[in-house]
Amino acid sequence: MKEEFDMRANEKPFVKIDIITRPESFDALKDELNKIGITGMTVSNVLGCGMQKGYKEYYRGTEVEINLRPKVKVEVVVCEVPVQKVIDAAMKVLRTGKVGDGKIFVSELTNVYKIRTGEAGWAALQDIE
Amino acid sequence: MNGADSVFVFICTALVFIMTPALALFYGGMVRSKNVLSTSMHSYALIAIVSVQWVVVGYSFAFGDNLGGIIGGFQHALMNGVGFEPNTIYSATIPHNLFFMFQLMFAIITPALISGAFAERIKFSSFLVFITAWIFLVYDPIAHWVWGDGGWLRTLGALDFAGGNVVHISSGVTGLVAALVLGKRKNRSAARPHNIPFSILGVGLLIVGWYGFNAGSALGFNAAAMTAFITTNTAAACGMIGWVAFEWIKTKKPTALGAVSGAVAGLVAITPGAGFVTIPGSMAIGLIGGIICYFAVSVMKKKFGYDDALDAFGVHGVGGTIGGLLVGFFAIVSNETLTPKGSEGFFYGGGFSLLGKQAIAIVATYVLAGVVSFILLKVIDKVMGLRSSEEAEAIGLDVADHGEEAYGGMAV
Repeated sequence: MKEEFDMRANEKPFVKIDIITRPESFDALKDELNKIGITGMTVSNVLGCGMQKGYKEYYRGTEVEINLRPKVKVEVVVCEVPVQKVIDAAMKVLRTGKVGDGKIFVSELTNVYKIRTGEAGWAALQDIE
Repeated sequence: MNGADSVFVFICTALVFIMTPALALFYGGMVRSKNVLSTSMHSYALIAIVSVQWVVVGYSFAFGDNLGGIIGGFQHALMNGVGFEPNTIYSATIPHNLFFMFQLMFAIITPALISGAFAERIKFSSFLVFITAWIFLVYDPIAHWVWGDGGWLRTLGALDFAGGNVVHISSGVTGLVAALVLGKRKNRSAARPHNIPFSILGVGLLIVGWYGFNAGSALGFNAAAMTAFITTNTAAACGMIGWVAFEWIKTKKPTALGAVSGAVAGLVAITPGAGFVTIPGSMAIGLIGGIICYFAVSVMKKKFGYDDALDAFGVHGVGGTIGGLLVGFFAIVSNETLTPKGSEGFFYGGGFSLLGKQAIAIVATYVLAGVVSFILLKVIDKVMGLRSSEEAEAIGLDVADHGEEAYGGMAV
């Protein structure tokens, strides 16, 4: 592990950005990320709660309180692209001003590998055949 | 009264009923999961609404005493005079009230077809108001014009064996108008079928129901009923073949949803002529219907940009129009069909006479359905709003309108 850290001493850090937001905003977000040079991402359907209130559902006369709302989670990892550029792009398309816009979590990774070639580090994130 | 005819039509009535739940499956599978219950309710609610309306006055407006060739009167309101004894005008060998029930099933499924056009974005309360008004102002009159004793299109000699005009064109055109008035779905590019197995199962059941729909329209177990049975099946098969062939050529991928949609297109196309054409004629009709509907759905819709979400117009409107016109070419007078003497199609020496009448009937249906629906939709929009709110559309109509999740949510 020490070798890897030494190797990376002069490299930019790998930053993971998790964006949790409304499912219907996903297409716009994807297009905006593509525009700033990010093509790879992992997307999942999630349920979440925050400040958005829940809603009621009814099953044959019984009321059920539902407190989790469907959201979409988009995970990207960047090295070359500046983190602030990604944040700004996401804010631009996702902010509606209403409760429920979501959150962006930023964390730093220790390494990245490309499975097909075995490359690690900066090379693993480049879009080369 | 004939026992065989009566039992046969009774069974066909039940078969046509199944088409409404089958349609709910077909359409339900094609919307996103958050809207499957809303879409299903567009069919199931009609079972309740139309059944009651038909008993109270709908049957009478469609098939009762004729007023100016335009509408029936109140002769049979609350089933007055509709008993077990046959009504010789419409069906001499089966009980009158069986004919009533058979026709009810047609009245139920026709408005259900429209829902394909406004899926995923109409308010449930507005839908109920619209559809109730529609059956009075569009379905009952058109049924009277085409099938009612004294109806002006029936008198003119236009032919509609099982409802190309009455069922498919009326609902298809209304669907197109509704799609245009309501506007496109937000985030349309994200919309895709959530359960294609539902849709293909739905079509499987629709085919079975269609045997009742078309063969039963002979109103007895006779040669024409058998002809209609075979033309129906053959047209479905050719519709599937035609659609799949062109889809394969155009996109290189023959889809399951495309295959069943092609079958439906073929079935819609044969509906106006099922008991009037030959078996080879039905092959042509099914094939042409399947191919043209494929292009209506994949090319025409994109070109004009209307959001007919589930292709109510593309399949039912277009298919019904093609089928109705083709009757003008393929109708044959014989022992195996119910084509009235003198109504031969173009290929059997009738010239353009029948074709002209078919065209008039089709245009009249387009005009009534289109204009009345447009006015109804605009009025309802002004009074109570037509379209779901943005938030309702985003969350999904199941939760927003019905307070229900179809698949149980996550077990948290």
